[in-house]
Amino acid sequence: MRDVAVVGFSQRQMKELDGSPTCLEILVPIIADLYEQTGWTKSDIDFWCSGSSDYLAGRSFSFVSAVDAIGTLPPVMESHVEMDAAWALYEAWIKIQTGEVDTALVYGFGKSSAGILRRILALQLDPYTTQPLWPDTISLAGIQAREGIEKGLWDEKAMAEVVARSMSDAASNEWAIRKGTTSIDDVLGQPLYADPLRRWDCAPVSDGAAGIVIAAGDKARQARQRPAWITGIEHRIEPIALNARDLTVSSGTASAGAAAGVDGVDLAELHAPFSHQELILREALGLPGDVTVNPSGGALTANPMFTAGLNRIGEAASRIWAGESDKALAHATSGPVLQQNLVCTLEATKGDR
Amino acid sequence: MGKVPAAVIGVGQTHYRAKREDVSIAGLLREAVDRALEDAGVTFDDIDAVVVGKAPDLFEGVMMPELYLADALGAAGKPLLRVHTAGSVGGSTAIVAASLVQAGVHERVLTVAFEKQSESNAMWALSIPVPFIMPVHAGAGGYFAPHVRSYIRRSGAPTHIGAMVAAKDRQNALKNPYAHLRNEGTTVESVLASQMLWDPIRYDETCPSSDGACAMVIASESAVAASGVTNPAWIHGTQMRSEPTTASERDQVNPQAGRAASAALWKQAGITNPIDEIDCAEIYVPFSWFEPMWLENLGFTPEGDGWKLTEAGDTALGGRLPVNMSGGVLSSNPIGASGMIRFAEASLQVMGEAGEHQVDGARKALGHAYGGGSQFFAMWVVGADKPTN
Repeated sequence: MRDVAVVGFSQRQMKELDGSPTCLEILVPIIADLYEQTGWTKSDIDFWCSGSSDYLAGRSFSFVSAVDAIGTLPPVMESHVEMDAAWALYEAWIKIQTGEVDTALVYGFGKSSAGILRRILALQLDPYTTQPLWPDTISLAGIQAREGIEKGLWDEKAMAEVVARSMSDAASNEWAIRKGTTSIDDVLGQPLYADPLRRWDCAPVSDGAAGIVIAAGDKARQARQRPAWITGIEHRIEPIALNARDLTVSSGTASAGAAAGVDGVDLAELHAPFSHQELILREALGLPGDVTVNPSGGALTANPMFTAGLNRIGEAASRIWAGESDKALAHATSGPVLQQNLVCTLEATKGDR
Repeated sequence: MGKVPAAVIGVGQTHYRAKREDVSIAGLLREAVDRALEDAGVTFDDIDAVVVGKAPDLFEGVMMPELYLADALGAAGKPLLRVHTAGSVGGSTAIVAASLVQAGVHERVLTVAFEKQSESNAMWALSIPVPFIMPVHAGAGGYFAPHVRSYIRRSGAPTHIGAMVAAKDRQNALKNPYAHLRNEGTTVESVLASQMLWDPIRYDETCPSSDGACAMVIASESAVAASGVTNPAWIHGTQMRSEPTTASERDQVNPQAGRAASAALWKQAGITNPIDEIDCAEIYVPFSWFEPMWLENLGFTPEGDGWKLTEAGDTALGGRLPVNMSGGVLSSNPIGASGMIRFAEASLQVMGEAGEHQVDGARKALGHAYGGGSQFFAMWVVGADKPTN
């Protein structure tokens, strides 16, 4: 495989974007920021790939106008996935592996505040058997959390610990939406929202966009002194049916993690939109207790749809660039209750590849 | 390390129809997928990853339907990607699937594209007013008609060229058992007598709205060798290009993105003279006039001369460059699948498996798709021989 590294990352999150339903406006400064970070411009980017959702935007072809943010002619080599942009990064990584291109800019965007997110996401369910019942995202997560509690796998205090740590860590993250020094008692003192979940157990509805630049070999070294080399990137999907899988484990994360290689990871950014899901993911990945988890505050403090997974890769890479981590793991999820998962490992040195 | 050679080893299609009320969305896909797996002589166990493509989710009313389809597509426990690049999506999806093999990551990838347009109303799904964005309120025909008028003015093409394309494609469709429209007796005269919809586009010069799916199995060089398939369609080149919607300097009649993509494609496939080196082409022609327009955009003829190929009968079966032997988008149009059908039909030609609409001795074929406001392009060249470049 070719050596490919993350060399640029830019993000914008807010509770409500006062602007277009596509978040296009904030893509322009993000792309400008990525040029600034890498010293590159449009002509240095060989491949472009984005992730977004028409349903979130409430219209068809929402990604089409996003291409305008790339700029005018000449045309670009470009693709789009109807998935979190972490999977757009995977497609871009694949493109670089074919040898056809050396650099790629990946972006994602989504404005959740324009609708009722928990109901919109219910449209992902089986359209014949499940969706007509409109089980919303938070209710499904509540079922998952309840099952784990009843099996004795975790309790509300363990969930509150995740929330308190995330919100406290997010205090220093300028892009976090829900943040501030918080104790376990503060969390448990909150009223129940969807038993056993409290509001803080659920990611805040967030608007946002983000972009990442990846590059191969010398191009990566040219753009950044200490690139975050991608040493593993794997993803898996599971059946959507809630009764076709054990909701208290994440077998897709486990197998993607095993394939990517989690040994030696000192930091992990996990895409857990609900507190108990972080517990499921840590277990699936077999992360030792001394691994720093979600120093950014994670998705519990800002969860822009179709970007939050990509943000995990960006946050993990940032820690490598800063010398705070030698091997970091990033995880992205999509679909109801952790149906689809991606694991990416990033290292300061290239390892065996 | 270089790119891993990859080839199509299996193709499967549904019969294209206006309404498939007898099957679920998953059932529709499985018809195409099961045929592709059988054609390749493999089962789900042999598949490493699945790549799904379709046009807007509002066409079926299911958000990211690949999540619900994962189990039916045998993807559980495997990687699954969902591509969406407007009308070019069927082509882009095949290209992403090919790249998974060419990158050396997977041995066998299943790719499938579909649309079940009867689940919803495509015109509604395409016409939702969006704040801050100027509404077109024209539908696809109304959007593209001015481009066609401009093409006729610029090229001086006689006005019956579009009808010639429509009559040819509808006749070709009669030779394709999967085609949706089966209008026997369609002639240039009957097309010219049909209702004018968006001047100069008449009713018989427009594509239908179809339900359907198309699937392919793409394999690495070693997986081809291990398979029983002796006539794979080797992938000689793939390209995608996009340009922005609102750039005022765009030429929407002969878009720069299409010219750039085809120039790069010919170079990648080692082709210096496309008209002589390509034996046949499946080109995305949703409105008849796009045949001559894309012949020029693709570099088969100089600008302004595309219609002359059509008029001379060179694009008919048995002509110098047969185009849309399957009947094309004009005869079957499940939007999300239409691009992949072009790519798959090109493959069938070089595999020698196109049946009644086979071009004798086809060794190299083009598959082409475009989307948006003529701004997204995806194309590939497949050949009977392993690529040497």
